[in-house]
Amino acid sequence: MGMSWKKSSEARPVGVIGIGSFGAAIANLLAEKNEVMVYARDQGVVDAINERHMVKGRKLAERIMATSDPEILCEACDIMFPMIPSAAFREVMVQFAPFLHPYHMLIHGTKGLSLNLAAGKTLENMAEIKREHICTMSEVILQETVVERIGCLAGPNLAKELLEDQPGATVVASRYDEVIREGQRLLRSDNFQVYGNSDIVGVELSGVLKNIIAIAAGALSGMGLGDNAKGLLVSRGMVEMIHLGNAMGGETKSFLGLAGIGDLVTTCNSTLSRNYTLGYRLAKGESLDDIVANMEEVAEGINTVKLIKLYLESTDTRAPITENLYKVLFEGFKVETALQYLMKYPIYTDINFL
Amino acid sequence: MTDDYIKHQYTPILPKKDEWPVVKLSKSRKEFIQQVVASSMERIRSLTGNQLQALKEELELTLYRERMRIKQNPWLVDPDDEAKFWSKVKSSLLAIGAEQQASETEKKEKYFEILRSIILRYAEEIASNFKHSHYKMTRSIVTFGFSRLLNTARVKGFKSVFSNQYSLQDKIQIIGETDQLRELASRGTIVMVPTHFSNLDSILIGWTISTLGLPPFIYGAGLNLFNIQIFAYFMNALGAYKVDRRKKNQVYLETLKTYSREAIQFGCHSLFFPGGTRSRNGNIESKLKLGLLSTAIEAQRANYQESEKEFEKVFIVPVTINYHFVLEAPSLIHDHLNYTGQERYYSESDEFSTSYKISKFLVKFFTKGSDISVSIGSAMDILGNHVDAEGNSRDRQGRLIDCRDYFLSNGKVTVDLQREEEYTKKLGRRIVEEFHKINRVFSSHLVAFTAFRLIKRANKKLDLFSLLRLPEEDIYLSYDTFKEATAEVLECIKKLRAEGKLHMAPHLEMPLEDIIRHGLENVGMYHARRPLIRNDQGNIVTEDISLLYYYHNRLDGYELEKVI
Repeated sequence: MGMSWKKSSEARPVGVIGIGSFGAAIANLLAEKNEVMVYARDQGVVDAINERHMVKGRKLAERIMATSDPEILCEACDIMFPMIPSAAFREVMVQFAPFLHPYHMLIHGTKGLSLNLAAGKTLENMAEIKREHICTMSEVILQETVVERIGCLAGPNLAKELLEDQPGATVVASRYDEVIREGQRLLRSDNFQVYGNSDIVGVELSGVLKNIIAIAAGALSGMGLGDNAKGLLVSRGMVEMIHLGNAMGGETKSFLGLAGIGDLVTTCNSTLSRNYTLGYRLAKGESLDDIVANMEEVAEGINTVKLIKLYLESTDTRAPITENLYKVLFEGFKVETALQYLMKYPIYTDINFL
Repeated sequence: MTDDYIKHQYTPILPKKDEWPVVKLSKSRKEFIQQVVASSMERIRSLTGNQLQALKEELELTLYRERMRIKQNPWLVDPDDEAKFWSKVKSSLLAIGAEQQASETEKKEKYFEILRSIILRYAEEIASNFKHSHYKMTRSIVTFGFSRLLNTARVKGFKSVFSNQYSLQDKIQIIGETDQLRELASRGTIVMVPTHFSNLDSILIGWTISTLGLPPFIYGAGLNLFNIQIFAYFMNALGAYKVDRRKKNQVYLETLKTYSREAIQFGCHSLFFPGGTRSRNGNIESKLKLGLLSTAIEAQRANYQESEKEFEKVFIVPVTINYHFVLEAPSLIHDHLNYTGQERYYSESDEFSTSYKISKFLVKFFTKGSDISVSIGSAMDILGNHVDAEGNSRDRQGRLIDCRDYFLSNGKVTVDLQREEEYTKKLGRRIVEEFHKINRVFSSHLVAFTAFRLIKRANKKLDLFSLLRLPEEDIYLSYDTFKEATAEVLECIKKLRAEGKLHMAPHLEMPLEDIIRHGLENVGMYHARRPLIRNDQGNIVTEDISLLYYYHNRLDGYELEKVI
């Protein structure tokens, strides 16, 4: 099937790598205007898509087909959208790398971080974790493949709402104008607006760091606290995101856009968000292990909190919300204790990043 | 790349001079200039959106800037008719502006005529004057003259004048990927990018290229150097084209870039100093000027646009030049420390200002110690991927990359200047990384770095400028402290070398005491005030702390400051 695509340059399909809830939503959006080919590791999933246009109980557009062979996907498509959890991202890129060429474009939608240690190094025998050891997904792509033209999707994109075709918007960020143009051309529709941003690292970090605040927001709700507390958290969370984001190479203004503030506000108020739900259940007294065990997809925020905490130890940057959330997640702190600690934190300046 | 240098006789790779691209280019100089003019016109046309108003403003701005330059900063090399030419441009511009009847198209035609005359003038000025006879002559002068000086100094007795025991290759050691460079020079077009510390670099590189048996490279040399006659002769002989740093107007810059790009497309091996000017503070370049570098990428794309072009691939070869001593160091560092952050005209009044001073230096250089080494890095493609012996790009896993794919969209090679701008930035970062890797640490760098860090540590509260204002009489380091610290830094350098992050000169394998003696003897050895010496009490002292700072900077960027 795949090889026949190579010759006809006209209707090259668009690729989607990974078909979780966000992958499915993007595949459906893309299918409004394009042929779409999906990669899934599991042959059962591939068959279900090809035969019944269904994936894990979700309906997929009829023109979406699937393969479990990376080579077929790479041969058929010039543009692909990797939509895989950060924990598997590097491994999948390594698997795809032999079939990727510099003419490919990759636009990913993963709001997580990946640890990058030299061979033989582990978290236990590293003296300190520096910025170079923590990668956004675009940096993983640069390390593992020859693809240069990389973009990312970020913004308030709750998969469930996208699947229902509700109005929404996203940001396509890339250093390459052509990637932004392609992303807009492929995704834009009557119900879906697409903005461009050239600061890809800033946009990636916006999506990544907001998950930390989303967990905290869920926790506040789980404690039964009101909207004043939420407002406080969202605005202090924003400040923390910007400080961390700047330290890691993002521009302030990216955090003030759709991928930053837009996504933060959405996720901090939505029971549809996995990270929010995680925080909520923590505050209700469930243990992290129990929650993770019965969640359908990973809450990226957990890994993000862990990596950012390690990174903070090697810098002078302070990030009180992240630090306290770490204690809650990994050191058995009570949510209430963490909150008390935050309320006493000695910072009295409202805005100091502009 | 090995640290050891092997003296080697290289045969020329293209034996017949008629086959040299640079000779072919100089033979068709006139046509080539026309080609440059046509391409530059096209470029300006698209930059101004082919709009009458934009074109007019561009011309007026150019005129204004050129008149300012002529008034404020005239040079000896400037042609006599400079003022006349630009007043003619002025009156032509006025005349077109005053015309009532002419249609927009007619006016635009006339503006383009003026533009053409300016570009032609620039292109003529930039174009190199390579003459093969001069090249041969220069090569013999350099090789013969220098080896006479060398042997006179080292071989004792009357016969010394005729001795060939030492050749220039003993003095200037070429190490690194020389074989790959020679191989690739006959498979594609080389763009060599060396670090830049001294005006001597151009001549050194010219000599290196000829010693390696390569045809001459063309390169951009500062027009100011042509003020000095001895340089002008060498530069012309070595295929230099002229770069005037005073001219910052768009039309000039586009013409210059077009010249460089067309020459690479023509197959001329080229040389850029990607740092732009000599390193003012003694650092290895960390920020590159991307203007000329972008022409390598554009030329590569243009080559792919032509189908089945021979020798189509462009190879980037980073080179570092390692010195114990930089003649201009005092004025460079002075310049750097006075730098106010604003762009300004350079007043070129340093140690290279007269032929006499240069000759004096050369005699000193060849009669006393102080070696130089030139490290040739491994070749990369235009995105910084390493290439194998056949010139194929390889990714980190050794898989083949087709470079053409970088320029494809929808299966076709396309022109996307924004894309190429990003590629240029990436290439720049890769070159800086390679510079640090192929850099060769000398004993003098080691002692300068260690001493300055110790002084800094002893004066923690002072910022850099206060530190550099300390009276030199008050600064001394006990030899034992210094020795201990040197050992620590050396240890760290060896570790970095094991990780492939830098290179070391073989003399760093000597016993520590010898390394220190060697370093102290050599660091900035010909300066009137030595950056570092051991005094009669046995302490380590400096006679010029700014100079010490300068030589210390050579090891900046390796995070060695964490050691002391």
